[in-house]
Amino acid sequence: MADFNNTNLADFSGVWVFCEQRQGTLQPTVLELISEGRKLADDMGVELCGLLLGDKVEGMAKELGAYGADKVFVCDDPSLATYTTDAYAKVICDVVMDKKPEIMLIAATNIGRDLGPRCAARLHTGLTADCTHLDVDVDKYAAFLGEASTLPQEQLDALDRSDRNLKMTRPAFGGHLMATIICPRFRPQMATVRPGVLKRGEYDEAKANAVVVEKLAVSVSDADLKTKVLEVVKEAKELVDLTGAEVVVSVGRGISKDVEKGIALAEELAAEFNGGVVGGSRAAIDSGWLSADHQVGQTGKTVHPKLYVALGISGAIQHKAGMQDSECIVAVNKNDGAPIFDVADYGICGDLFKVVPMMIDAVRAAKAAK
Amino acid sequence: MDFRLTKQQAMVQKLCREFAINEVEPIAAEIDEQERYPEETVQKLMKYGLMGIQFPKEVGGSGGDYICYSIAIEEASRFCGTTGCIISSHATLGAWPIYAYGTPEQKEKFLRPLVSGQKLGAFGLTEPNAGTDSACQQTTAERQADGTWLINGSKVFITGGGRADTYVIFAMTNKAAGNKGISAFIVDKNDPGFKIGKIEHKMGIRGSQTSELIFEDMVLPADRLLGQENKGFKIAMQTLDGGRIGIASQALGIAQGALDKAVQYMQERVQFGRTLDKFQGLQWMVADMEVKIDAARLLIRRAAFNHDVGLPFTKEAAMAKLYASEVAMEVTTKCVQLHGGYGYIREYPMERMMRDAKITEIYEGTSQVQRMVIAGQIFKKK
Amino acid sequence: MKVIVCVKQVPDTSGKVAVNPNGTLDRASMATIINPDDKNAVEAALTLKDNFGAKVVVITMGPPPAAEMLRELLAMGADEGVLVSAREFGGSDTFATSQILAAAIKKIGLEKDDIVMCGRQAIDGDTAQVGSQIAEKLDIPQISYAADIQLDGSKVTVKRMLEDGHMTIETQTPCLLTCIKELNEPRYMSVGGIFWAFEQEITVLDYEALKDDPLIDLDTIGLKGSPTNIFKSFTPPQKGKGVMLEGADKATCDTLAAALLKKHII
Repeated sequence: MADFNNTNLADFSGVWVFCEQRQGTLQPTVLELISEGRKLADDMGVELCGLLLGDKVEGMAKELGAYGADKVFVCDDPSLATYTTDAYAKVICDVVMDKKPEIMLIAATNIGRDLGPRCAARLHTGLTADCTHLDVDVDKYAAFLGEASTLPQEQLDALDRSDRNLKMTRPAFGGHLMATIICPRFRPQMATVRPGVLKRGEYDEAKANAVVVEKLAVSVSDADLKTKVLEVVKEAKELVDLTGAEVVVSVGRGISKDVEKGIALAEELAAEFNGGVVGGSRAAIDSGWLSADHQVGQTGKTVHPKLYVALGISGAIQHKAGMQDSECIVAVNKNDGAPIFDVADYGICGDLFKVVPMMIDAVRAAKAAK
Repeated sequence: MDFRLTKQQAMVQKLCREFAINEVEPIAAEIDEQERYPEETVQKLMKYGLMGIQFPKEVGGSGGDYICYSIAIEEASRFCGTTGCIISSHATLGAWPIYAYGTPEQKEKFLRPLVSGQKLGAFGLTEPNAGTDSACQQTTAERQADGTWLINGSKVFITGGGRADTYVIFAMTNKAAGNKGISAFIVDKNDPGFKIGKIEHKMGIRGSQTSELIFEDMVLPADRLLGQENKGFKIAMQTLDGGRIGIASQALGIAQGALDKAVQYMQERVQFGRTLDKFQGLQWMVADMEVKIDAARLLIRRAAFNHDVGLPFTKEAAMAKLYASEVAMEVTTKCVQLHGGYGYIREYPMERMMRDAKITEIYEGTSQVQRMVIAGQIFKKK
Repeated sequence: MKVIVCVKQVPDTSGKVAVNPNGTLDRASMATIINPDDKNAVEAALTLKDNFGAKVVVITMGPPPAAEMLRELLAMGADEGVLVSAREFGGSDTFATSQILAAAIKKIGLEKDDIVMCGRQAIDGDTAQVGSQIAEKLDIPQISYAADIQLDGSKVTVKRMLEDGHMTIETQTPCLLTCIKELNEPRYMSVGGIFWAFEQEITVLDYEALKDDPLIDLDTIGLKGSPTNIFKSFTPPQKGKGVMLEGADKATCDTLAAALLKKHII
């Protein structure tokens, strides 16, 4: 550490991605980071490297190559089979100090957000948490701001085009504000990146075969390990309650024609989203179609999910009181004058029994294309 | 002269608001609908020192004052009149007479558990034939040869009856002497001959339990006499003076809670293409209510302040209670009106608040009694 | 045994969030609250106090008014409040903040059977970084995302949540744990606690008090010493009035899905 001078920026080169795996399975979000890292590396004219830690994980290198990694550093050791902060931080910091990457990306999973700050603190560099957008190239950054911000064009024009810092953009205050963070004085520039936001590229067989694998010696001693993992348990996600749900699909009086099918459709649509749950209007609860804990509105729960889908709900004031602060509202109703459309971001006037199956297909297709 | 709350009082207000939003509001409609006593809330009120706010730490209380006590009842009542009633009746009616008149032994044995959150207290004065005319007591207490008291009779409309552990009750120890023949006693719910009679079904504050108390040859040890023999009427009247600060605060909370909901509703409800808050006729209703609620609050805070610093507060408490309860009735009625049809149905809390408000004009002295007390104070001085 | 809990006073973002024309947060117009996850950390510490008699010290870095928040925590049952406050500390990013808090914790004294607790993350920055960084600066083990904490002598066993399950992790004191809301239900202040809290002194640690610690170097703390800087701060474009999509067929649904994809909802 003593001879690690990370203020001499010229010593650092290359974009790195920490390739998180759990129990021998690569976390899918890593491929998003590799794809994004590829673009950054191309803009900078440098190598993209994956850093893969685990026990007998070398086989994953090919897949990383397929999505754009030029090289994968593999640290293979039984002590790395299961993630521990101690062992992983030790190995990563040792490698970074030795190889000096310019950029280091880590998926903002529970593990990434445990590991990233520990490493950044040890390396004495900055870390930006939970980023949703990354740029090095200033023209691309200006184009991004043009679309995603309310900043005036002259501010965008005034950006210094020669700036080569990594511009790490992230939401703050629950998305009410966005901030672009830079780490101008230290290297590597580190970021954890929110899973599911960046796009995964195409699998390329030729690239998969071309990837260079470099195995690195691992030195983890028992003295380095201060925590012990007693067990790792995988569990199915428990049903999230309405208030905390990210996506709520609610049904109302409009499903009366075929209640069972209406609820089944809502469930099917909700299941297409991570953390999606089914809710209901007062009419749906009072009619006994759903139990009281599903109720959204004045007497029920107030929700503010990322997405609220109102199916066959007219949008009486007591319902709107419980959902109008949702980030995005989609409403399907037969009556084009239904008040729910006043608060909806996207309204579809139609029969929910016909529209929702098509909606489910469209969402599935969009997910597959992603 | 400083109308601001102290830092401590402001923090008590913050605690009570958080407590009310998390613990009181979510079950307010349910306990009303089911006529269910909110035992779980009462346990938490005890745990956090909200049942002994204004009593000194030396006797087991929380070390606060009557302003804090008023704030706690107001905050709870903004969402649930029942909860405000439970705090008020326990602390001022159940505990205060023992605090003011109890012997050191009585305080240790009966007051400490009440104000430190172990037990619940209640107060038994009203009888079937002794309501506003509370001097007309028919319950009797006879001193027996061994010094114990033999008590016979009954009490009605006792708030917390059947829920409380400790009761301060009143009985005639000298029937011929009228007011001057009444004595106060401390009763434990396990005393032989003590029974809970009919549990009432009420118009409002339906989560609070109101019952009959029956004393059938109830024998109390000699040391249960509270204060001096035949001096109970004064204890009762003084207790009610303090209790009125609590009921006034309950009324204030109900009114404030109703107005808060109405203001919110008016900003959401659209009629004739604009939200209700844009109609001047309705704005003026709201302005009038705001003035009255604030005036009530100032009357209450002044009465509480006088109580805290040892100034006379009988008239002040009666004025606060009279005014606040009438404001509560007026405001809740108007807020039902502002909600239109939604105000009349049970999905919205308005109709419950209106029902809850009514009791504040009746118990611990009707509005008519408050006027008697106020007039009495005026003419006493002249 | 001591539990030192790091807490932060944050703007209440649960209601309306006020933004200045220049894109920064209008903090003055917003109420401040105790960061929610930090309250879970305090509750976890108070549970250790209830069960093992641990002394609970709450520490915050912020401007002087943050002392009032510490009193609220004393009113919940914490034993001591420490305010870390100095002009030199202002503008610190997570790295610099962790340097200062680590120095303050050393000043308070981190002993063999002590535990440091933090909330998982603060609702203003949502970084979840300071806890891990403090642990690194103190050179003690960390367990983040704690959903259950068991203490047996110096052995600490924690259920650490993952997106797809959990790990059970064991370590020894002294260690640092970051707490999530599933861990417990924070208690309220008590009325008696409030009156007691105002009789207590809040210890203030300023630059003078900490400057001898090697972590407190003007080149590594405060705005100037922070490795990261805010390059631009901006508001997303206003949410426009909703649109009625044309038709109710497959094309309509595809349009909708595309819009949701663009908003990162899909």
